[in-house]
Amino acid sequence: MQITLIALVENKPGVLNRVASLFRRRNFNIESLNVGRTERPDVSRMTIVLDNGTVDARKVEANLYKLVNVIDVQDVTNQPAVTRDLALIKVSATSDQRAEIANLVSIFRARIVDMAPDSVIVEITGTEDKIEGLVELLRPLGILEMVRTGQVAMMRGTASGVRYAPGANGNQVFEKVVG
Amino acid sequence: MTKKTGAEILWECLVREGVEVVFGLPGGAIMPVYDAMLYYPVHHVLVRHEQGAAHMADGYARASGKVGVAMTTSGPGATNLVTGIATAMMDSSPIVCITGQVHAHLIGGDAFQETDVTGITLPITKHNFLVTSADEIAEVVREAFYIARSGRPGPVLIDFCKNAQVEEAEFSYPEEISLPGYKPPDHAPLEDLESAVELIEGSERPVILAGHGVLMSNATDALRIFATKTQTPVAMTLLGLGSLPASDPLSLGMMGMHGEAYCNLAIQNADLLLAFGMRFDDRVTANLRTYAPRARKIHVEIDPSEVHKNVEVDVPLVGDLNTVLTDLIPLVDEYDHEEWLGEIEEWRAESQARDILTWPDDGKLYTAHVIRNIWQATNGEAILTTGVGQHQMWSAQYYCLEKPNRLITSGGAGTMGFGLPATIGAWFAQPDQEVWLVDGDGSFQMTQAELSTALQEGANIKIAIMNNRFLGMVRQWQEFFFESRYSGTPLSCPDFVKIGEAHGIPGRRVTETNEVVPAIEFARQTDGPVLLEFLVEKEEAVYPMVPTGADLDKMIRRPIRKQPTAAD
Repeated sequence: MQITLIALVENKPGVLNRVASLFRRRNFNIESLNVGRTERPDVSRMTIVLDNGTVDARKVEANLYKLVNVIDVQDVTNQPAVTRDLALIKVSATSDQRAEIANLVSIFRARIVDMAPDSVIVEITGTEDKIEGLVELLRPLGILEMVRTGQVAMMRGTASGVRYAPGANGNQVFEKVVG
Repeated sequence: MTKKTGAEILWECLVREGVEVVFGLPGGAIMPVYDAMLYYPVHHVLVRHEQGAAHMADGYARASGKVGVAMTTSGPGATNLVTGIATAMMDSSPIVCITGQVHAHLIGGDAFQETDVTGITLPITKHNFLVTSADEIAEVVREAFYIARSGRPGPVLIDFCKNAQVEEAEFSYPEEISLPGYKPPDHAPLEDLESAVELIEGSERPVILAGHGVLMSNATDALRIFATKTQTPVAMTLLGLGSLPASDPLSLGMMGMHGEAYCNLAIQNADLLLAFGMRFDDRVTANLRTYAPRARKIHVEIDPSEVHKNVEVDVPLVGDLNTVLTDLIPLVDEYDHEEWLGEIEEWRAESQARDILTWPDDGKLYTAHVIRNIWQATNGEAILTTGVGQHQMWSAQYYCLEKPNRLITSGGAGTMGFGLPATIGAWFAQPDQEVWLVDGDGSFQMTQAELSTALQEGANIKIAIMNNRFLGMVRQWQEFFFESRYSGTPLSCPDFVKIGEAHGIPGRRVTETNEVVPAIEFARQTDGPVLLEFLVEKEEAVYPMVPTGADLDKMIRRPIRKQPTAAD
């Protein structure tokens, strides 16, 4: 089982290092971690996926608030959220295998974004399950390379994720904090 | 707006933060700051090793309640601070360390005395900053001091590039600070307070666990009022000693590995624990699986990451301890808990029968006796600093505190060598108070170079070295758990009195029990630093002791010594 957290952090040098260092120090096992810009230039957004074998979301949230640069944390595991992962998969493909690949790709609503004499690159966006499904079907053809962005997540509509840490910034609405 | 160099802006801001003394040692990458220092009303204490600077700032912070400041150059100057910063981190002590760094354009090029200091100190600071241009420094200093002293206090480091020290920038003191991600909690929610009150109402055998947070939150009055109103006995952690006067009938003294037996028994038999500003360290809980098995738990704590960390609690109250207790006091009723307190009194009487202080004089010099004599001479009101080891535990047990912020000791990190520099720092914070260092022969030798700092500053500190010619606490573990194989623990010591004399510090060596009190009086009557060396029993052990991993009430107890009879 995995837990997915969204963390808003100040867009400053070294913040990713602080988060990674904290997770290492507290022995939290990162499955994937995605960082990027947001609608605000001074705020970055992290989507953090952890293996919850050793840790629960409340503990991770409380520890993240120990970092001065962390503004807001929500747990979106099992919440009405849109989660997406993007993968580029280079598959070995002779000219007579291309049709089979094209067929799989269209069933999964993926795309072929590059074609070489003996390989193709497939691009797929979706949930983790969907990507795993395509990967399993492509594997027998020979996967030469694969790269994945890690999950990104966003709550649907006006819903928000779960904020646990009492007394920390979790008690405050993001707008109030960043305002 | 006026233009100033980065170094001048640093001092402008430090002075505005109320900094009067800085502990440090200069070097290439911090020289512009040292040059500018001459024009500001700040006293600089030159240390002999940078570790001493961090410990002095720490001792200063703990004795004054203000932020202590350490300053060093880049590279080895900065890395020598590391042990001191980690010590301050573990004990939540507010210090600000300012380190020089090479020119910003040289960073990453392995320049002379370049070290990634913000990288090294990332996990052992509350926060750190790298300043690469002069226009950043004012805001950074303001934020650093605010972060260090607010919420759960801790060390903050500012790594200051040399170009930023010499460049000029417009200076205006930032009145506001903007830290969108940093909002220390204050009040706990009312519904949580009500849940706590319910547990308190239903409890017949409650115990308060008072930690360092009580002192740091200035909650000693609130604690006393709460404990008295609810007649709840108070157990204290090592760093929480002084939260309640030792003479208060509700005081159970120190808990944990070397805590009072009756205190640990009370915790194990409690039906409710009220943890105030403490973090259930393994040295106070012992075996977590069997810790306080029948007790519900209320945890008042300012750092939400401490809640449920080691011990799952029933009611967490996240907030400032003094605020939460002040909110809680009017909500609770008065209780007497007569039966429970009576039961604890029986355990207490049994413990006293085993106390080394009740032993008849056998002509031997025991550390516990010496500490008790210092306690009597100083009325228990001196500031007492320690190193780490047996002498530290005996100090905690026998220097019974009537007032808060009197025991300055490295708890969480257990840093040997903390004592002497922390004592010097404490003296700078409280120059009008009597300041004693009780140290061990092993601990003292780690930082004894600072004797020359004490001399240079004329620090009026009294040093008492308990010399047992061993790394005593390790030797004790070897005796109990390694069949007395004394591997690496016997210690040859120099003549400490002569070392003192070499520094112009008068001293006495004590070998007989009847010399103890006169030596203590000699130290107290002499102005300036004094060094006393006590040649104490070599193989005495600290009791009680909970072996690592054992249950908290499975203590190794001091054997009861029979009173001598006519037949003896």
